[in-house]
Amino acid sequence: MSGSVKRNRKEKVVRVGLTVTAFLSLLVSILIVLSLVFEAWTFIEGISLGWLWGDQWAPPFNEYDLKTPIVGSLIVTGIAMVVAGPIGLASAVYLSEYAKPKTRKWLKPILEVLAGIPSVVLGFFALRWVTPNIVQQINPDAPGFTLAAAGIGVGILTIPLIASVSEDALAAVPTSLREASAGLGAKRVTTTIKITIPAAISGLVAAFIIGISRAIGETMVVFLAAGGGGNQAQFTASVFDSGTVVTAAMAATTAPSDRLSEGVALQSLYFLGLFLFVITLLLNLVADRFVRRVRLVY
Amino acid sequence: MKLTTLNNGAEYARNRTAQDLHGSKFDYSGIIFRISLLIGLGLGILILGAVLWDVIGDGTGYLFNRGWDFITGNASSRASSYGIFEGLRGTFWIGVFVIVFSFPLGIGAAIYLEEYARDTRLTRFIELNIRNLAGVPSVVYGVLGLAIFVRALDGFYPNSIEKHLGSTTAAAGSTLAILVLPIVIITAAEAIRAVPQSLREGGFGVGATKWEVIRHHVLPYAAPGIFTGTLLSLARALGEAAPLILVGGVLGSLGPKSSLFEIEQLGERFTAMPLMITQLAKKPAFIGDWNSATAGAILVLLVVVIFANLVAILLRNHYEKKRS
Amino acid sequence: MNPEITDMKSTNNELSLHNDQKDKTLNRIFEVDDLNVYYDDFRAIRDITINVFANEITAFIGPSGCGKTTMLRSFNRMNDLIPSAKITGNLSYRGANLYDKKVDPVEVRRRIGMVFQKPNPFPKSIYDNVAYGPKIAGNVKKGKEMDNLVETSLKKAALWDEVKDRLKSSALGMSGGQQQRLCIARAIATNPDVVLMDEPCSALDPIATGKIEELMTQLKEEYTILIVTHNMQQAARVSDKTAFFSVEVEEESDSRTGILVEIGPTEKIFSNPEDIRTENYITGRFG
Repeated sequence: MSGSVKRNRKEKVVRVGLTVTAFLSLLVSILIVLSLVFEAWTFIEGISLGWLWGDQWAPPFNEYDLKTPIVGSLIVTGIAMVVAGPIGLASAVYLSEYAKPKTRKWLKPILEVLAGIPSVVLGFFALRWVTPNIVQQINPDAPGFTLAAAGIGVGILTIPLIASVSEDALAAVPTSLREASAGLGAKRVTTTIKITIPAAISGLVAAFIIGISRAIGETMVVFLAAGGGGNQAQFTASVFDSGTVVTAAMAATTAPSDRLSEGVALQSLYFLGLFLFVITLLLNLVADRFVRRVRLVY
Repeated sequence: MKLTTLNNGAEYARNRTAQDLHGSKFDYSGIIFRISLLIGLGLGILILGAVLWDVIGDGTGYLFNRGWDFITGNASSRASSYGIFEGLRGTFWIGVFVIVFSFPLGIGAAIYLEEYARDTRLTRFIELNIRNLAGVPSVVYGVLGLAIFVRALDGFYPNSIEKHLGSTTAAAGSTLAILVLPIVIITAAEAIRAVPQSLREGGFGVGATKWEVIRHHVLPYAAPGIFTGTLLSLARALGEAAPLILVGGVLGSLGPKSSLFEIEQLGERFTAMPLMITQLAKKPAFIGDWNSATAGAILVLLVVVIFANLVAILLRNHYEKKRS
Repeated sequence: MNPEITDMKSTNNELSLHNDQKDKTLNRIFEVDDLNVYYDDFRAIRDITINVFANEITAFIGPSGCGKTTMLRSFNRMNDLIPSAKITGNLSYRGANLYDKKVDPVEVRRRIGMVFQKPNPFPKSIYDNVAYGPKIAGNVKKGKEMDNLVETSLKKAALWDEVKDRLKSSALGMSGGQQQRLCIARAIATNPDVVLMDEPCSALDPIATGKIEELMTQLKEEYTILIVTHNMQQAARVSDKTAFFSVEVEEESDSRTGILVEIGPTEKIFSNPEDIRTENYITGRFG
């Protein structure tokens, strides 16, 4: 039975090893939170509160107007959801309720592959194609960098995500409900609008929230297309101005790092990072709840 | 008389002739709804297709003109002689880090969660935590990389980012390895969960230990699913730019050229394909042919990323079909 | 007397393929002639010929895979929802070809309602479940008129007393038997001519089953009912006519096709069937 001793020891080693890997994820979370909180606190301590309200976000000059990146994020996310919400939902409904199995078989992989396009590519597209062909068509006076172009770019980026999560939610609605509705003489449009979509509503809301979370967290499209790459952004509430968002302001703080002043300029990015982390965490937790509710019902 | 018990509505329904079954001639609401769905789907695919088309159209011509020089050359201040070798090298090493660290750690965690962990509060918390980590914006992982790898390696010099001591290929690779770890865990766990229970019972039935059952029965069955997940997360890592900017990636040339496999560069400063594209895209389009050079660089990155995605998705669909 | 019915009687006498001439209600609802249903290349049922008469309960019995559910779903064109389904032969409803190109399946289903195997109430309130059909058909106004219709339908489904105090609560909170009676109430609220029931009791306990069977015998006063059942006793208890389906296995390709063995008055099928296969099945000698 000496073999079984060896076997048992091996079992134990494997078990401990695997346990350690699983707990690594907890360690990562703790490190994220610690590094964010610690440095963000340094930032808060190193500034006077008045610096957080002004006309621009410009760490090199110790100007940290919070409303500049936050309003920018709201604008970009808003435009993105106006673009991605309807298109993503319509795609999902078509795929799940109307497309023949054969059509779905090649349409869904296409959507998934498109979801893998890196965001720098969308940023370039937003800057070089969306800006002249959409934004400057709507407003000929718009500059080369605008929040509008960035919002549209982020929206395009979010379409496959919203479509895919929504499609999952619609597919989770049991066929028996669609049959019951059809059996009562409902047309397909009636079944879709009155039965399937309401039954999937939790999942659809989750898709929308996940989309918002993704849009808020997107960096590169804004960095390139809204002029957020600069380390100095004026406050604006106009979609046709250049501007920055929370994420792009973070990236810009380190990008031209030689211009950073002494003091807490670098720490400002931890402060924004903490803010971003908390917002997306809340959104993700809420979305998780909604997704769970779908599973509970069926 | 049975029929007299009927109410008028039913009698009316029964007396309708065949024509009544024909319904209204034209189903306006249905057609309008369907068309608007198609417009939505069409717009989605058209716009995303246009993104690709735009880049492919511009990029292929440029790549064709520049040929091998573009791949093996170094960054330069002129579009006509620009090369992306430094970016490719950085991206290659990031890939190595992801494969060496994220894959084993992620798959290990997935095995633990699916096969070993009991359904305790702690387990559920870990699972929730992993789902949330997967949704944390990539730029936040950049902050983590900056705080842990860069600044730790910098030593304890406050605000020493100017010195860039820790902004190395190793720091970049580690940061992205952590970024995709939750995605690897989630996809691998899904694949393991899909393994039929009967397969495990069969293994235990012939006296195998837990690890033997996992190794010989569970993992081979889950392998295609796990492979799909790892490929998708690798593609994700190779396309990320934002965390690299925070970790201190160079938006420009690195200077002297070192070869692809030289291990010393892990301790040197780095750039990567997405960073090169960022830098190229920021150049004013009206001077030189920077637009085409950007498209060329994007095309090279897309070929890698889209190819990985495509292989992963086709593989998954193939096995899903085979097993259902 | 309705002139249409006398008319039907005369055609019936000439054309009837079965020995139903003595039947009191010779009002023919469905005439099925040489019906075949395919899913892609797979033939689910072959050459089915059946007549269904008004205000009767016709039961379809037979082993699994004999195509009885496929047959049932052909009567209100539910098979149209499966993209691979194809149909040949003739199926007429009150003299009109149900599969005519001009026929709108939606109109068909408004007259021929359906109750499914597993209770499938919508995730809405009890009231809204019943009101759904009339509402989408647009022929009943909201308010008093709808309230009355919901009440009548729930009463017909013998559910009113149990739910009248919680009409606005979710249908998903009811017991399985109640849910199935709600589905019946939902089906009859659209004022259909025929109700198709696909093993309506297979997911229910004996008490709930008893209630539904009782309900069926009441409902046939107003509706024509077709029911698929696994339970032979149920067919014997409730139905007027019974159709026995069987599976035909083709040796070479191992393809299984459903066929109709025989149809007749229920007492006759259960006491003195014409076909030996029916007798084997009824007496339990069929695997």
